[in-house]
Amino acid sequence: MQIAIDEGKCCGAGQCVLAAPDVFDQRDEDGIVVLLDAEPGEDQHAAVREAAAVCPAMAIVVDE
Amino acid sequence: MTKRVVVVGASAAGLAVVETLRRDGFDGRITMAGEESVAPYDRPPLSKEILSGSWAEERVWLRSDAALAGLDLDLRLGARAVRADPAARTVEFADGSVVGYDELVIATGVRPRQLPGTDGLAGVHLLRTLDDARRLRAVIEEKPRLVIVGAGFLGAEVASVARAAGAEVTLVSDLEAPLSDVLGPDLGGLLVDLHREHGVQVVTGSRVREVAGAGGRAHGVRLADGRLIEGDAVLVSIGSAPNAEWLAGSGIETGNGVLCDEFCQAGPGVWAAGDVAAWTHPAWSGRIRLEHRTNAAEQGMAVARNILGARTPFAPVPYIWSDQYDRKIQIYGLPRGADAFAVTEGSTADRKLVALYGKNDVVRAAAGINMARSVRAARAHVAARTAWDEVVAQKGVPA
Repeated sequence: MQIAIDEGKCCGAGQCVLAAPDVFDQRDEDGIVVLLDAEPGEDQHAAVREAAAVCPAMAIVVDE
Repeated sequence: MTKRVVVVGASAAGLAVVETLRRDGFDGRITMAGEESVAPYDRPPLSKEILSGSWAEERVWLRSDAALAGLDLDLRLGARAVRADPAARTVEFADGSVVGYDELVIATGVRPRQLPGTDGLAGVHLLRTLDDARRLRAVIEEKPRLVIVGAGFLGAEVASVARAAGAEVTLVSDLEAPLSDVLGPDLGGLLVDLHREHGVQVVTGSRVREVAGAGGRAHGVRLADGRLIEGDAVLVSIGSAPNAEWLAGSGIETGNGVLCDEFCQAGPGVWAAGDVAAWTHPAWSGRIRLEHRTNAAEQGMAVARNILGARTPFAPVPYIWSDQYDRKIQIYGLPRGADAFAVTEGSTADRKLVALYGKNDVVRAAAGINMARSVRAARAHVAARTAWDEVVAQKGVPA
């Protein structure tokens, strides 16, 4: 699994951090997503798919 | 095993339904039908990046053609559903075609309310569709005098974009304190001040009687007290109505939207998701209906999983965000109707803060202005319905 994020689309909702806190975080100043792990292990895959699906800005692209 | 799912509505909620069905292994037939003739696109950017022109339009599409093709859908665009028959389990479309279903998902969204008497009048705008946004953007680029009727989040966002583009903006609200109905007087007042500082004329406590027009063209709005507010263009942003009329007489219960239980089910084989769905949230009394982008995705996912047998009540923490000038407002929960309010981080003076809203001694909502990370942390109190005294005392803020 390879994750790419589009910072320009990110609206800082933080839904991804709620879904997969080991993979995503937010910048302090503006809430923009920070990718902690672009190639997470299999134990994170379901959470990452959920994160991408709930992102209201479609800012997370998951390539499997 | 369900063989055929028909999703009426091809925006965020409908798309979330079909994607989740496929992701969770559903291999039956799926029809997704949308009234608009274009592929699914995102709506929040319409009053933000698309309106300002800061995004290329292609960024608004929710999925690439390849991704849509990969869902193996019977995708019907430009297809308006006109009738549902839950006894026969069929949906009829405007072109006369009839599609049978085992499970029907109603995700037909809402449409903006219009002022009476504006039919055929040029220069009157609504903002719901991509075409609406394109038209309004072209107008704003001309730096017009723009009158915005209704000062909710949509009107406020357009005011902010239009000011940045150099338009003269008058924001008219029938409320004495716009946005305070949702956010309370502190944050509502903060935002109104923000608009005034940016040169928006904010007219409060004024009901609009009609759009004033001459020669087939709007030239402003007439207030109930007779006053004319002149403008070259008028945006009507006075809320929305659910697209549920097509279900009249079908036996599917509608009121303020499609009436659903806590599983988002409206009857045997009938579900609803997104702006049109009024469902029983387990944590709140009565049904609620949310016109939130995040809810559309979450509810679509929940419906898909309940169709597949999860039987899980849908109990989200609602979330919305709004961009106005250089401020990002984020709200978890439902602040409307709160009986307690406290700023727990930052300050209204700095316009950078986290605030909590309480009702009946528990935390009901959290709002942040330019403090995204902190407000997300505060969301936990909304989700847990933390006792008000506990959290506010902890933060050292007098209740």
